[in-house]
Amino acid sequence: MTTSFPRLLLDHARQRPQASALREKEYGIWQTTTWSQLEQLVRALAAGLHAAGVKRGQHVVVIGENRPRLSASMIAAQVLGAVPVPLYQDAVSAEFVFPINNAEVAFAIAEDQEQVDKLIELREQCPGLARIWYDDPRGLRNYRERGLASLDSLVAEGAALDAAAPSRFIEWVDAVQPQDVAAMFFTSGTTGNPKGVVHTHFTLIDRAQAGAKFDRLTGDEEVLAYLPQAWIGQNIFSFAQWLACGYVVNCPESADTVSIDLKEIGPTYYFAPPRVFEGLLTSVMIRMEDASAPKRWLFNRFMDVARRIGPARMDRQPLSLGDRLLYALGDLLIYGPLRNTLGFSRVRVAYTAGEAIGPDLFAFYRAIGINLKQLYGSTETAVFVCLQPDNEAKSDTVGVPIDGVELKVLDTGEILVRSPGLLKGYYKNDEATAEVLTADGWYRTGDAGFLDAGGHLKIIDRAKDVGRLMGGANDGAMFAPKYVENKLKFFPFIKEAVAFGDKRERVCAFINIDFEAVGNWAERRNLPYAGYTDLAAKPEVIELVRDCVEKVNADLSRDERLAGSQISRFLVLHKELDADDGELTRTRKVRRGAIADKYGVLVDALYGGRTSQYIETQVKFEDGRTGVVSADLPIVDAKTFPALRSAA
Amino acid sequence: MTALALKKPPPMDVASASNDPRATDTPITQRRIGDVVLDVQNISLSFGGVKALTDISFDVREHEVRAIIGPNGAGKSSMLNCINGVYRPQQGSITFRGKTFKHMNSRQVAEMGVARTFQNLALFKGMSVLDNIMTGRNLRMKSNLLLQALRIGPAEREEIRNREFVERIIDFLEIQAHRKTPVGRLPYGLQKRVDLGRALAMEPKVLLLDEPMAGMNVEEKQDMCRFILDVNDEFGTTIVLIEHDMGVVMDISDRVVVLDYGKKIGDGSPDEVRRNPEVIKAYLGTSH
Repeated sequence: MTTSFPRLLLDHARQRPQASALREKEYGIWQTTTWSQLEQLVRALAAGLHAAGVKRGQHVVVIGENRPRLSASMIAAQVLGAVPVPLYQDAVSAEFVFPINNAEVAFAIAEDQEQVDKLIELREQCPGLARIWYDDPRGLRNYRERGLASLDSLVAEGAALDAAAPSRFIEWVDAVQPQDVAAMFFTSGTTGNPKGVVHTHFTLIDRAQAGAKFDRLTGDEEVLAYLPQAWIGQNIFSFAQWLACGYVVNCPESADTVSIDLKEIGPTYYFAPPRVFEGLLTSVMIRMEDASAPKRWLFNRFMDVARRIGPARMDRQPLSLGDRLLYALGDLLIYGPLRNTLGFSRVRVAYTAGEAIGPDLFAFYRAIGINLKQLYGSTETAVFVCLQPDNEAKSDTVGVPIDGVELKVLDTGEILVRSPGLLKGYYKNDEATAEVLTADGWYRTGDAGFLDAGGHLKIIDRAKDVGRLMGGANDGAMFAPKYVENKLKFFPFIKEAVAFGDKRERVCAFINIDFEAVGNWAERRNLPYAGYTDLAAKPEVIELVRDCVEKVNADLSRDERLAGSQISRFLVLHKELDADDGELTRTRKVRRGAIADKYGVLVDALYGGRTSQYIETQVKFEDGRTGVVSADLPIVDAKTFPALRSAA
Repeated sequence: MTALALKKPPPMDVASASNDPRATDTPITQRRIGDVVLDVQNISLSFGGVKALTDISFDVREHEVRAIIGPNGAGKSSMLNCINGVYRPQQGSITFRGKTFKHMNSRQVAEMGVARTFQNLALFKGMSVLDNIMTGRNLRMKSNLLLQALRIGPAEREEIRNREFVERIIDFLEIQAHRKTPVGRLPYGLQKRVDLGRALAMEPKVLLLDEPMAGMNVEEKQDMCRFILDVNDEFGTTIVLIEHDMGVVMDISDRVVVLDYGKKIGDGSPDEVRRNPEVIKAYLGTSH
């Protein structure tokens, strides 16, 4: 491969100058930028940036929502051999300090006043930041700040320079090599400073093309770009694959109008993390609650049909004539209009990634005829490692390795990846690079998993959290706490779960009920309760949780490797796990170690075979006061199932 | 929305600006306070025996943000209604851009480029945001009813031109997501924004705002302040506002008139007014 992003832009501008490259909704109308207009814009920006002193290898920070001129600025920087560094536009000013100093950034392109204010604020800490250009001049008219200017003035100046020496642009583009650095993405490390992941034109374009080939993407796709460009997931869909395939990227009018814009554009290729799909589903469900009784009846009736037939239909399994007719009727009355309301009536391929997606949520979208699939990848692998083929999407796997990818699973369960799309390294952090890249070119993902019988990759947990059972019936079996916890949390009644089992005979768990869902359930059964602690201790509620746990056990028993992780005993906690009490992280991940220490008595009681345990816990209220919650917690045995050997 | 700039833009950094050769290249129009555009002289207004305003005089300069403050019943809204032509003062005169009037009628005032918003929102609740703001373009529509109804000839061009202007306002006020929503369904803070949008649609020279921040939460107030400053900044609109919230007034106005029981008790910059003992006694001194 000998191409680069600027070269791809030129190719599109030559081959189909009048085709749409970008659209942005402004003043209520979708305004189109064609490939040839985009080339003119990039030419002007490149000449302007060159005159401002942007040189090969330098970093140029880009901060803002998805805006055509910000995308063009990124290409313009690449034309000069400089490296665009997109940063998260919703981050606070202080979070920009490390990336800007780490990458010795002298030039920044910001979307609007909000971003400019943030950059000005940190100028003392980042003395190297010399020039700032802004896209939207609103509110910035009276700013007198050193090196601050509008993108308009940069374009105007650049256009004049480019007209005076038009051949320079082509020379610059020709000088860009595939092995040159194309972009840098800062990963939000949970500990320590973020790390700059360095990608070349080759790594990004190779993966973009491999993904495009896998899903047979064409230049006719429509994509709505509304997630941060600093997230490689959005960047690959609305920048790398955009230039690789030449499809149209649409920029929403504002963050608030995304759902309206989605409906107007009707994208054919769509990508979002599970929480977005969950939010969309919730909005549908809320509106259905308000609908008239006949509509609700029709909706529920046909959603049952969809859940029964839909997923099988998506997987191209044979259906009876009756089912086919029933589904067709449902499509006419419910599924079609619903897809249209969601903005998904033209979606050919939709992906979700980033975290585990609940099986019900996943099945809902597939049931109404949306080809929702999962993929596996990370910033370091330029996203595309594993993708689910059409008709083979399952909620608990992440697909098959695609073109160019080699996978290796270590004894510890950790997955290693080798592909042309691996990062060049972390910027100025050889130590961290050496930790993840082996000498023979493998990337350590830090995720534990395995390939199932069908060749699909199944991710179970972070490798460092995976343990082994010791002694007892399942001696040496793999124990993946997060996998078990996630399965429990997919039940609406269970808010949090903490599983124990590493170096123990069997698996036990703490369960946190979801106060709202269980409270609602109790009210519908005329079950009085006085509060969280009281509700959590109700025998009926514990039965309800036991039911969920046993369903999870039945599910786990179907998987030879994880059958040993079935939960044999559990208890329902008397208080909600809370970040204020140090039990969860701020991003709501359970801190298993801290919880095991704090509730040591309960863990001992679970493993010691007791049937109940008294506990007193200090809690911190939101106003800073502390109080004590006490309860006598019953400990319950759950039914486990013998492993089903090689069911797959 | 973070880092809301409530204060006016930072003062010019002279040293660094002159060191950087580029700073002079970028055209920066400075907000200049110009001549007097509106001069209110000796206005007195009474309703029967109730004296609402007694001998009030003050002026408003071009491009400034002028606040009228005072406790409840001080006569603030009455003052605005006099300028606006809703009330006829018994005495005094109003000079607008060199023309002196004993009293004006509302239409005249509007045609001269004075727009206003209302304390208790006077929007068309059943109409969409877009249509509500379009009504503000009424005075700019020149073609007759028949042409407009049939959408022929100049009417269509005019409609497109006006719609574009309204879309710019929608963009400016960041209400794109609610363009087609009936106004009655919007939360109060957004309705206030639509009210401002409709006034802006008139392309006013002077904008009268009657308690634009009343009944809003802190975040809505900050947003509204930013919009008022931006309007003043971007369009150079002169702004006269009545406000209750002292913090807000002191932050965004250039000069403040203080009324109490229908009399003027103070006039000057926010700092001067803050130090004026009579003002402190009447208004600022009472903590609430």
